[in-house]
Amino acid sequence: MSTRVKWRRFVSNFMLTLTGLCALVSVSVLFLILGYLVYNGGTSINWAFFTQLPKPVGEAGGGMANAIVGSAKLLMAASLFGVPIGFLGGIYLAEFSGSAVASVVRYAADLLNGVPSIVIGIFAYSMVVLPFKHFSTLAGAFALGLMMIPITLRSTEEFLNGVPRYLREGAMALGASKWKTIASVVVPAAYRGILTAILLALARVAGETAPLLFTAFGNRYWSEGWGQPTASLPVMIFTYAVSPYDDWHRQAWAAGLVLLGLILIINILARTILSRGIAVPRS
Amino acid sequence: MQASSKPGISVNIVSNVGAVAHGETAQLPLRMTISKVNFYYGSKQILFDINLGIADKRVTALIGPSGCGKSTLLRALNRMHETVHTSRLEGEIQLDGQNILAQDVTTLRRRVGMVFQRPNPFPKSIFDNVAYGLRINGIKGSTSEMVEKSLRRAALWEEVKDHLHKSAYELSGGQQQRLCIARALAVEPEVLLLDEPCSALDPISTAKIEELLVELKNLTTIGIVTHNMQQAARVSDFTAFLLTGQMIEFNPTPQLFTTPSDPRTEAYITGRFG
Repeated sequence: MSTRVKWRRFVSNFMLTLTGLCALVSVSVLFLILGYLVYNGGTSINWAFFTQLPKPVGEAGGGMANAIVGSAKLLMAASLFGVPIGFLGGIYLAEFSGSAVASVVRYAADLLNGVPSIVIGIFAYSMVVLPFKHFSTLAGAFALGLMMIPITLRSTEEFLNGVPRYLREGAMALGASKWKTIASVVVPAAYRGILTAILLALARVAGETAPLLFTAFGNRYWSEGWGQPTASLPVMIFTYAVSPYDDWHRQAWAAGLVLLGLILIINILARTILSRGIAVPRS
Repeated sequence: MQASSKPGISVNIVSNVGAVAHGETAQLPLRMTISKVNFYYGSKQILFDINLGIADKRVTALIGPSGCGKSTLLRALNRMHETVHTSRLEGEIQLDGQNILAQDVTTLRRRVGMVFQRPNPFPKSIFDNVAYGLRINGIKGSTSEMVEKSLRRAALWEEVKDHLHKSAYELSGGQQQRLCIARALAVEPEVLLLDEPCSALDPISTAKIEELLVELKNLTTIGIVTHNMQQAARVSDFTAFLLTGQMIEFNPTPQLFTTPSDPRTEAYITGRFG
């Protein structure tokens, strides 16, 4: 075997090993985090964690019921605000706009998606918190909703563009108007992809801390209605993790585990939706 | 259906340079007339000065080699070409004596249905596919009765009656195409256009659809594009031969295939090109 062939074989094997190792590292990071969370948080999770308010400093026990409810309220309001705007905007981009308008909007959405979440937080602070002179659930939801818009918009556009032209023609040839065609054939053909993308967007903002720090702020008690500051899981984790108390550290781990569980449930939900209903076959 | 209300069918309406439909056309009422149609995609001209009459309750076939403009012409008849923004149509197309370009496009498409080259059922159940046109057009009456009637007319009822609520994609390609025909028939179109409806199908499915077309002409007027000359000969009453955007010959089918009046038609049907 010539030296040249040997060298080539060496390079080939070396690169194969290198790529394999990197793949292994990326996967192990995830499992390491998971294992660490379960190990540390698992022992602190109990019924009280889900049902009780945080105890004052120095008292053991208590839970994060208010943060769990707070996160749920934040996500619900954020979706109500961000999803319709992103969804309808995505329909406009895919179905109505010319290519020039579409590329501008697309570019802007990508930029918005890249804006650091802390900046979104400052923006929400000046837009909602300052005028109302109040930290609130709504302000936090506004910040999270803003972050959901570009993700929803881009994925809606992408999935609608993926609907084959012949389905649109089939509907139009039966006398359906453009809007009827979109509402009754195009969107139903793409809804599974769109819904999955929305759930993934939700999972992403569920873990956001920075935009909530000075919008939803935090609260050691129940937050009534939508105009009061509210606790949320990510902010609780932050506050508890940087505190000097061991008991709080344990609770932070538990909150991390709950948050991860929540995101996992959303993911599983997304995949379940993907496997149901009638899909357009790939050709 | 009073023949008197239809435009008179005279040889000169359908006449083109060297393309005159003789015989039967002269007495038949026309459902659609195409007069002096020029068609462009951007600056490229696709159709040149086309004149054609589509006889009521008959099958009219458009044949010609790939790229001759036969599909474009068919799609212009229910204005499907308008989905392409750069398209432009000059001339006049009439349905029952009225200019289709001046009508509401959704009403026109309900009256002039279309079946496409590849079966395109919606991602819905068999039932919902057929009911779709009824629902969007707000057609009153028993939906399930009309669905059954349409599926029977498309000769599909016996095969699907026990699983109407299954996905349309579980059907074979030929069944899907008959489903698309049923879907188009459900809104009772006056004219049914078919754009190479069998090109994606196997011979047995093709035979079924051809059989169906011959039966359907009692119900509706049919325009079909095909690149299969035997198919045109089997199913159609009139055949128009197009070449590079020009109407070369338009005649009753038996005449066009036995004694073509233009040497280019003869060259095409005898397989010398195309």
